[in-house]
Amino acid sequence: MSDPAPATGTGPSEFAPWKDPDAQPLIQFRNVTKRFGDFTAIDDLTVDIYAREFFALLGPSGCGKTTLMRMLGGFETPTEGTILLDGQDIGPVPPNRRAVNMMFQSYALFPHLTVRENIAFGLKRDKLPKDRIDARVEEMLRLVQLQKFASRKPHQISGGQRQRVALARSLAKAPKLLLLDEPLGALDKKLRTETQFELMEIQEKTGTTFVIVTHDQEEAMTVASRIAVMDHGRMVQVDTPDRIYETPNTTYVADFIGDVNLIEGNAAAHHEDGKVEIHWREGEPPIVGTPMGEVPDGTRCTFAIRPEKVAISKDHPEGSSNIVHGKVLDIAYLGNMSTYHVELPTGVIIKAQLANNRRIARRNITWEDEVWLSWTETAGVVLTG
Amino acid sequence: MNPRRTFLILIPYLWLLALFLVPFGIVFKISLSDTALAIPPYLPTLDLSTGWAGFREFLSELDFENYVWLTEDDLYWKAYLSSLQIAVFSTVLTLLVGFPIAYGMANAPDQWRPTLMMLVILPFWTSFLIRVYAWMGILSTEGFLNQFLLWTGIIAEPLTILNTNTAVYIGIVYTYLPFMILPIYATLEKLDASLLEAAEDLGCSRTSAFWLVTIPLSRPGVIAGCFLVFIPALGEFVIPSLLGGSGTLMIGKVLWEEFFSNRDWPVASAVAVVLLLLLIVPIILFQKHQEKQQEAEQ
Repeated sequence: MSDPAPATGTGPSEFAPWKDPDAQPLIQFRNVTKRFGDFTAIDDLTVDIYAREFFALLGPSGCGKTTLMRMLGGFETPTEGTILLDGQDIGPVPPNRRAVNMMFQSYALFPHLTVRENIAFGLKRDKLPKDRIDARVEEMLRLVQLQKFASRKPHQISGGQRQRVALARSLAKAPKLLLLDEPLGALDKKLRTETQFELMEIQEKTGTTFVIVTHDQEEAMTVASRIAVMDHGRMVQVDTPDRIYETPNTTYVADFIGDVNLIEGNAAAHHEDGKVEIHWREGEPPIVGTPMGEVPDGTRCTFAIRPEKVAISKDHPEGSSNIVHGKVLDIAYLGNMSTYHVELPTGVIIKAQLANNRRIARRNITWEDEVWLSWTETAGVVLTG
Repeated sequence: MNPRRTFLILIPYLWLLALFLVPFGIVFKISLSDTALAIPPYLPTLDLSTGWAGFREFLSELDFENYVWLTEDDLYWKAYLSSLQIAVFSTVLTLLVGFPIAYGMANAPDQWRPTLMMLVILPFWTSFLIRVYAWMGILSTEGFLNQFLLWTGIIAEPLTILNTNTAVYIGIVYTYLPFMILPIYATLEKLDASLLEAAEDLGCSRTSAFWLVTIPLSRPGVIAGCFLVFIPALGEFVIPSLLGGSGTLMIGKVLWEEFFSNRDWPVASAVAVVLLLLLIVPIILFQKHQEKQQEAEQ
């Protein structure tokens, strides 16, 4: 685990236009607010999305992510602020005149049309010559591997195939921007994982900018180049998946993404290298952690650490800081790994995760065992928000 | 098959037998008989006491004379044709009036829908006859409609509406409108709003999305509504006799006159049997079409 705070570039081939100050964003939200009556769905939101990005809007239901997407699609207009697509204000442009297509959560396939006719639907509206339409439809069918099912109706194919038809239909017009509203929500877990990779492949092949709405953090982590974590109409953090996970800027983000141990305490005694001691419980040694921003002495703060970064052992580990002693309360066996719930003498429960790289019989920690938990000084982050 | 299932299937068949097939058999038998001054006013009647020979004699007296008669007098086929024309035209009119109402209902805010539904059904709470009589009051030369139009100055002379085919059309459209609205409303209400959004997203204007998505998807409701209006309108008797004039020729009226004015039950029965056949043919065609479509979709 390296120092999480500064971003580490991995060379010129890395795709990160948001770091380039000269890059022209494809979509710009400028102080966009959307209200439905008294309810504020989107609250003074400003964000840039760049061409070829796979941008994920992640958040619980009611956080405004769908409203944001529907504003991009043209089905809602902002109450305040402007949305620019390629530098042009798209507020007054109706959905049928935007170079934006949407893949609906319900897929919204036309039940009276065949797979082929569904895909051709948008192209026909553009009054393209028939041979151009046919060629494009064939291309799309090949892209989503549905040539064999072209003349079936939507109810005659499986859920996964319907999902691919919806994707092909929304990509057929080669939009500048493709919106995906919970595109994999209706699929079972195994198919969903497969389809995530397919989506990424198709996104790369077509070079289209994707904005995806999801409440599944694993899905967002897998597919997205950047994730915006949303809460109550605001974007709490917009960052790459690894930074969202490793260096969340608030406890909300830390708690929303993945599993986390949150320990509240008071900051004190800054180290020279910027690390800070957190006094969190009488009788326990202070925790040493890396703050994400300025943490003055005495500030109430939260120390957040992922369970897999907490080491668990029966013997006292080496080192001097961040070592606590406790008793195993519970073990959750997940197959590839196990989560140990360890209760400290003060009653606090800390979760530690261990990869099961040995057969179950060879593992020596079991219920009621006295164990030591430890983590490095850079493993966790100190949050004030 | 287990007895429980046999029993369950038997119930609708018994229903059909008792309330449709047996009465139809009786009517068909009368249509093959000869008229007579007797009670009942036709011959022969089946006397089971005479045994097998009596039954054979009974059969030998039945013939298709009355059906031949139907083709000889041009009143009948003219009445059939005119009924067909009136039924088709009024079905189309009902569709033109009913579809926008159903569409409006389906797009109305949720809390209004029960009220609108109630308003559509409400006329059924008053007797059908009274409502048709009420139309006589509205459409007559001194009726409300003419008085209103005269008062507004749109017309100088009262219009003759009552006792014309126009009045019959108005009556049929008014009476059967709910049968058109309800099935169309049912299909439109089920229509997924995201389909229209998807159509718009793919480049349709609101109008073309309506024609390309709403209309094709409401087809089952439209077909059901048209049948529900067309079938009773074809045999309609009350509306043409109360609102129609001497020029209004409908088979329902002819039927009534044969039965009650001429007391010619055999010919009247023949008219009824032919009417039923005329109705059954389009129904069977429609069902065949539905089955074929369902097969194609599986």
